Amino acid sequence: MAFPARVLRLAVGTWILLLLVLAPPVPSTAQQVNPTASAVKEQQLLQELNRIEGRVSIPDQRSGVLEQPQGRDWRAFHNVTLRWIGGVAIVGMLAVLVIFYLTRGMVRLESGRSGRTLVRFNAFERFVHWMTATCFIILAISGLNITFGRPLLLPLISFEAFSEWSQWAKYAHIYLSFPFTIGVVLIFLMWIAGNIPNKVDVEWLKRGGGIVGHDQPPAYRFNAGQKAIYWIVVIGGALVAATGYGLMFPFYLTGIEGMQLAHIIHSVVAVLFVAAMVAHIYMGTIGMEGAFEAMGSGEVDVNWAREHHSLWLDEQMARTGPNDSQPQPRHSAAPAE
Amino acid sequence: MARMKFLCDADRCIECNACVTACKNEHEVPWGINRRRVVTIADGKPGERSVSMACMHCTDAPCAAVCPVNCFYTTADGVVLHSKDLCIGCGYCFYACPFGAPQYPKVGNFGSRGKMDKCTFCAGGPEADGSKEEWEKYGANRLAEGKLPLCAEMCSTKSLLAGDGEIIAQIYKERVMKRGYGSGAWGWKTAYRETIES
Repeated sequence: MAFPARVLRLAVGTWILLLLVLAPPVPSTAQQVNPTASAVKEQQLLQELNRIEGRVSIPDQRSGVLEQPQGRDWRAFHNVTLRWIGGVAIVGMLAVLVIFYLTRGMVRLESGRSGRTLVRFNAFERFVHWMTATCFIILAISGLNITFGRPLLLPLISFEAFSEWSQWAKYAHIYLSFPFTIGVVLIFLMWIAGNIPNKVDVEWLKRGGGIVGHDQPPAYRFNAGQKAIYWIVVIGGALVAATGYGLMFPFYLTGIEGMQLAHIIHSVVAVLFVAAMVAHIYMGTIGMEGAFEAMGSGEVDVNWAREHHSLWLDEQMARTGPNDSQPQPRHSAAPAE
Repeated sequence: MARMKFLCDADRCIECNACVTACKNEHEVPWGINRRRVVTIADGKPGERSVSMACMHCTDAPCAAVCPVNCFYTTADGVVLHSKDLCIGCGYCFYACPFGAPQYPKVGNFGSRGKMDKCTFCAGGPEADGSKEEWEKYGANRLAEGKLPLCAEMCSTKSLLAGDGEIIAQIYKERVMKRGYGSGAWGWKTAYRETIES
């Protein structure tokens, strides 16, 4: 009795299977699914976020950024904008100084030398100044090489020689940043007292600082021009140091856009810094008679002090000679008399 | 001359990472360096797509433009290569690259990134084709042997295409026509300033 039922079940099952297999395909146009209708779109993602990021299964999670086209803006900045800013600032400053030197000439000691000197910068101050200055010059040359070396220096020497030099320049740039930063911090602490702007600076600036014309406006230890240099060094130095360390330790502080921005700040501040220091070097050497010895031997002529820092000289004289306002042992400061 | 390009058909990529593995093995790429990677966008959400990405060998390559020592060059096949002898490891190409292609062997603190490494389109470097020096610095030079990049050869779904730009664009167009959809040639607009109309 069971036999026919099984046969029947089998026959029906086979028939259904055959029907399924031989059934004509469902018309595909009627209900075709378009999987891209809901898919992520490249241009849409780029417009919304200006970058495309996803998940990666490799350990380097930063490689999850698929596309960041803003590298294009950074490239335009680096290859065009920065070269213009740097070129105009530095070459422009040099040109101004040359013209100034040819027309105005060296700022002379009007009253000649008295033969008596007083201490302006002690040994520690001079050490900090020259440590920072040496580092700055090497940092400036190696930094300018990265931006201007390829168009200016590479055509003159071989690729290998330029690469070798740039490699050493890069290491110098990185490792000398540490003494430079220490120097900037020390400069900030050491000379902050004399560099707070005050009313005397307004007067000094109004009278052209004695640089333009032959006036000799009064000034304390630092005049408005020197205060400007001080704040350029402190603020500029802080900015280049902060952004430079950000670049030196990639991805510790910022992602790729942050590093692009850090580089932009670093390089713009740096080229303006270089231009300002060119002016500083000029004023400290051939620009003014008797100025270099302040940072050279540390002692300036009394007449120089009277002409350029009259209020500072009065302060020092009121102390009856020795420079005990300076952080130095009393015995090392030679009395003015 | 061919103009070599990569094209990842994101509608076919199944994120199997065979391209990544093939690349690492073929060139014996050191630990920590990935010349190619697969990025999954909108992971786990509707419309999720995976894209295999390496150096796209851009037209007017940004890396080459910003390199301070000019260590990049473009071959006759349009492949962007660089000299590790000239590279100073400054990281500028990495800032400029839209695709995160440049890789550095070291962590990179204190600027000690080491020589940059990236996808060579399996075309080696400036050294003599197939030489020991070339192998040690850049890996295999399959192009010199008449072969195409191994990542694309190994692709299990033939999502990743590598070869002459016009030919792979044609293949992609035909696919899109036949199946009726396509999410586009990822990265092409950024790399080559053109896209494939589908």
